[in-house]
Amino acid sequence: MAHVAAGNPGHWEHFSHMADVGIRGVGATVEEAFAQAAVALTAAITEPAKVRYDDSVQLDFASTDLETLLFEWLNALIYEMAVRKMLFSHFQVHIDDCHLQAQAWGERVDRFRHQPAVEVKGATYTELRVANEGGVWVAQCIIDV
Amino acid sequence: MRVPVIIYGDRDLISAMDDKVLNQAINVATLPGIVTASYAMPDAHWGYGFPIGGVAAFDSDQGGVVSAGGVGFDISCGVRTLHTGLTVTDLKLKKLILADALFEEIPVGVGSTGRIRLDDAQMDEMLTGGAKWAVEQGWGSPDDLERIEEHGMMRDALPDEVSARAKKRQRNEMGTLGSGNHYLEIQEVSEIYDQHAAEIFGLHTGDIVVTIHCGSRGLGHQIGTEFLKDMAQAAHQHGIDLPDRELACAPIRSPAGKSYLGAMRAAINCALANREIITHLTRQVFAKVLPEARLELLYDVSHNTCKLEQHEINGETRRLYVHRKGATRAFGPGHPELPDAFQDVGQPVLIGGSMGTASHVLAGNSGNDALSFESACHGAGRSMSRRRATKTWRGRHVVDELAARGIVVRSPSMRGIAEEAPGAYKDVDAVVDVADRAGLARKVARVTPVVCVKG
Repeated sequence: MAHVAAGNPGHWEHFSHMADVGIRGVGATVEEAFAQAAVALTAAITEPAKVRYDDSVQLDFASTDLETLLFEWLNALIYEMAVRKMLFSHFQVHIDDCHLQAQAWGERVDRFRHQPAVEVKGATYTELRVANEGGVWVAQCIIDV
Repeated sequence: MRVPVIIYGDRDLISAMDDKVLNQAINVATLPGIVTASYAMPDAHWGYGFPIGGVAAFDSDQGGVVSAGGVGFDISCGVRTLHTGLTVTDLKLKKLILADALFEEIPVGVGSTGRIRLDDAQMDEMLTGGAKWAVEQGWGSPDDLERIEEHGMMRDALPDEVSARAKKRQRNEMGTLGSGNHYLEIQEVSEIYDQHAAEIFGLHTGDIVVTIHCGSRGLGHQIGTEFLKDMAQAAHQHGIDLPDRELACAPIRSPAGKSYLGAMRAAINCALANREIITHLTRQVFAKVLPEARLELLYDVSHNTCKLEQHEINGETRRLYVHRKGATRAFGPGHPELPDAFQDVGQPVLIGGSMGTASHVLAGNSGNDALSFESACHGAGRSMSRRRATKTWRGRHVVDELAARGIVVRSPSMRGIAEEAPGAYKDVDAVVDVADRAGLARKVARVTPVVCVKG
């Protein structure tokens, strides 16, 4: 079980794509990498540290492989952000054989406090990769903004 | 590769183009049923699956495919330009009031919602009727319809193929502008290149026009996401070997292909309805601030679509499914789809720039069918990533610098402004020069921003 909040030692980063944004989560477990990738998703929109944990949503779904599961995970968060007008910054992820159960904490968008830069349209298959690289899990893809 | 790749550009544009544009255009050229060539427009840049600026046509009689990746997430994202009947002088004293009123009235940015709420039946009517539906509801003018591609309503839309999740995502997003590179601009016609076409388009130096750039909002994004996954599976089932999973596609005549076409056409209607509603809101603002203004639509173009069109291939007329991903349709003079007013000069081709630079109005050319299936570029195209842009500029400085040049910017996000800084885009003038020289479309007028409302 990965339990990662923005600002903790967990590691996420953005990588360059000309028109859009590459997001990458890195962790000791695949779950932590997924949670960090979710923080990177929020960071494309606003500073994750500015997002409070007022409310949460539960997510539960399965996929055929870890890469498709990451695609589904990010798109599920994008959907929840869109319909609830929320931003998330704190994620608890459990993955069991390509079955993901997660809770995401966040709050309603506050355009003055969050200064959201872009709306994420969707996570893509481009540069999609979930892999254990030298003992460290990496979960990444390009998101369309 | 089944067909060659043709990229339009000059030395500078081509050398600045990411290598991935060529790789992606090559990948597109491998898809079943592709006809003539895989094209990249002069503003092409690295996309997903298809390059942004990619054009490709497929023949259903030859096992051709339709690709969700070839249309993209923001289905029918597009541009419309409206005359105002005003000149720069008329606007001068009201510029700031107008900017504030537009920013107040038009929902813009992440998390914004529109005032319109649709129930299930109304949602399906909107997805079937497009801008025509919006006009029937009182949001828009009947005169607008002939100035919109497909006369404001994409036929053969199938709302039943649009998921409940996509409809839910759209529930409170009708009449919202969105964010990122979407905008509403008040612009001044600063230069005329083709006097005859400009006269027919009703454009004169010093005229004030309004340009709106946005798409099918959450509904289109969700359809794009869902079908990307479904079509990746469909491609596998039909034995299509994809060089890139993002090229997710299905034979046009397969159930998955038909389902996508029906849903995508519904999303086109959503985008047309959305731009019509935003136009209505804009007219309401002008009616309060500058009541003498008359906002009449010049034209509305979409630049992320797949459309069934007739094209001449080696003297034979064929019906092809033309994907334009970040490319604008550019019908030439005499095309039966164009309203009478444009029969002599061709379709207005509206090219958006970045907020501090120019936009352009071009006209579709005779003979461009053989060049690009009657397509042209769609904008400036980015030359720098968002990440690098935020490291290079600060939003406040960009706003102040533009204000010093007489351009008023209103946006909920300073970071968003930095990401969209004019310097992060290619030189739009160079892009349209190439489109003009290559014969894709010809330059008619250049417009420059006066007010920019940015998501």
